[in-house]
Amino acid sequence: MVVERPWKRWVYFYIPLTVFVIGTLFPFYWMFITSIRPDAELYRSWRAVNNTPFWTLHPTIEHFRDLMAKTTFPIWLWNTFFIAVVSTMISLFCGLLAGYALGRLRFPMAGTLGTSIFVTYLVPPTLLFIPLANIIRDFQLGNTPWALILTYPTFLIPFCTWLLMGYFKTIPKELEECARIDGATRFGAMVRIIFPIAIPGILSAGIFAFTLSWNEFIYALVFLSSPERKTVPVGIYSELIRGDIYFWGQLMAGALLGSVPVALVYSFFVEYYVTGLTGSVKG
Amino acid sequence: MAQVLLKALNKKYDEVHAVKDVNLQIRDKEFVVLVGPSGCGKTTTLRMVAGLEEITAGEIMIGDRVVNDLPPKDRDIAMVFQNYALYPHMTVYDNMAFGLKMRKFPKAEIAQRVQEAAEILGIHELLKRKPRQLSGGQRQRVAVGRAIVRHPQVFLFDEPLSNLDAKLRVQMRVELKRLHERLETTAIYVTHDQVEAMTLGDRVVVMKDGWVQQVGEPLELYSKPANRFVAGFIGSPAMNFADVTMNETNGAVWAESHGFRIKVPADRTDRLRPYKGQHLTLGVRPEDIHPVGGADSADRSFDAVVDVVEPLGSEILLDVKVGPTSMVARVDPSVRVKVHDPIRLALAPERLHFFDLKTELAI
Repeated sequence: MVVERPWKRWVYFYIPLTVFVIGTLFPFYWMFITSIRPDAELYRSWRAVNNTPFWTLHPTIEHFRDLMAKTTFPIWLWNTFFIAVVSTMISLFCGLLAGYALGRLRFPMAGTLGTSIFVTYLVPPTLLFIPLANIIRDFQLGNTPWALILTYPTFLIPFCTWLLMGYFKTIPKELEECARIDGATRFGAMVRIIFPIAIPGILSAGIFAFTLSWNEFIYALVFLSSPERKTVPVGIYSELIRGDIYFWGQLMAGALLGSVPVALVYSFFVEYYVTGLTGSVKG
Repeated sequence: MAQVLLKALNKKYDEVHAVKDVNLQIRDKEFVVLVGPSGCGKTTTLRMVAGLEEITAGEIMIGDRVVNDLPPKDRDIAMVFQNYALYPHMTVYDNMAFGLKMRKFPKAEIAQRVQEAAEILGIHELLKRKPRQLSGGQRQRVAVGRAIVRHPQVFLFDEPLSNLDAKLRVQMRVELKRLHERLETTAIYVTHDQVEAMTLGDRVVVMKDGWVQQVGEPLELYSKPANRFVAGFIGSPAMNFADVTMNETNGAVWAESHGFRIKVPADRTDRLRPYKGQHLTLGVRPEDIHPVGGADSADRSFDAVVDVVEPLGSEILLDVKVGPTSMVARVDPSVRVKVHDPIRLALAPERLHFFDLKTELAI
């Protein structure tokens, strides 16, 4: 083993890493500290003698209480959760079958189809919401969760399909052939052999899809109007900023609570998630 | 237990004609090896028997059923793959039991059959492990075990030993042979290794470019190759080839080239006389070239210069130059020669092979 000089390790490794970690985590810290800071401190002048922007000596949970009691935040949370889960399930189901077909079956135009599915993922939602708004209106789905549950898959399905197609391609096809000789049908081999092996890929596609729909903003802003129908990102934005008044404490409390589920999901599956993206099956 | 019949079997991909008119009758309990260089269509043929590739034209029968349109699961076959194809998420036991479970065997019988196969293969203590905890040789055994628990009509092997290291390969080769003698099941085995083909096969099918070149017992292929390709493919080191001109003097036929002149033995004179004045390819195996004293009969010996000496212990391989042609001779280890030494060599005239220059067929 090559022995490195300690100062080199510090200069090239620890110091840059520390800067990076602080840079990444600081916004979350700021969010947290703001959410527990009493209003008196929040609206104090920056130049005041007793201003302590990076900590507080009087932590309070008042903002969280207000958020829960005076706004419809719990309902937003439930809306967001319901919409994210259902649209993720729809997208995973379609993505699994489509990804398998594109990754495994030989049929004419498979390559073209794969590429065109990818291209639909590249169409920015900021363009797509205009025609989608028409469709939502025509089907009278506006201001219902279904407006989002049915539109999120427009970008989630291509995403899941591509991720899973790539993953399926890393699984040796002999496994499936062997299962088919052993007595399984093609579908049986897919369900009993390929899907269990692809669990890391399926999980990471699911986590990604869940996060994308949890954080989605444009469609939710356009398609939902009444406060009790909104999702967390839109609700916080539209209900906690009144004209030029920012309810900073509640805003940050809401943002903090809104990011907790996603953080939890990630931390649970982080290992699967990494193997899912790097894709590896050893026979 | 069943015979396998391939009738005018063809496989065409978009641009490639991979398998061309293969006709083959594999008898019940026979071990047949398909051998050839990569891309010769041997694996494609096997995969058609397995049902993993569509058949473009022709017919495959297993037992007395035409299986062309049967899915793989209904063909009653088992296959061992080169990369083992063990299900990574299942234990060894579950891997071996999978085929039986799919066929809805009762639990007790599954357990009994898996135990039995595990004992035959000596993988008894591995049953609870996952494939990734096994070595290459152990994985190969599990793959074989998974095939034999089903008691299929036919075993298919697709280069099963290619991923093993040389020593293990020899050991597994012996075990496979022993296993086949014990189970007495028809087997089709694909390999590119001619040593495996010769040692394992009851009969060997040599393929090239989608065509069957020759079908025969191993020693028959070795001693009577049907054409130049088979002659060169079977045997290591490979057969020596030289372009010769056929001449007739005093009623005897001679094969002449730069640097040597060989008298064709009397029993083959009649066959070769029509080629008088024409060019042919002469083939001679390394072990059919011997060093001789200067007084040896001039109608089968010639002078050469040693180019490379490869002592292998039990024998020495001599690369020699005869005029412009190089040849390899396999000689006794007691022969003492150095590079650039002149040496007098003789051919065994009764073991010469002649091939037509154009058709490459044996004469």
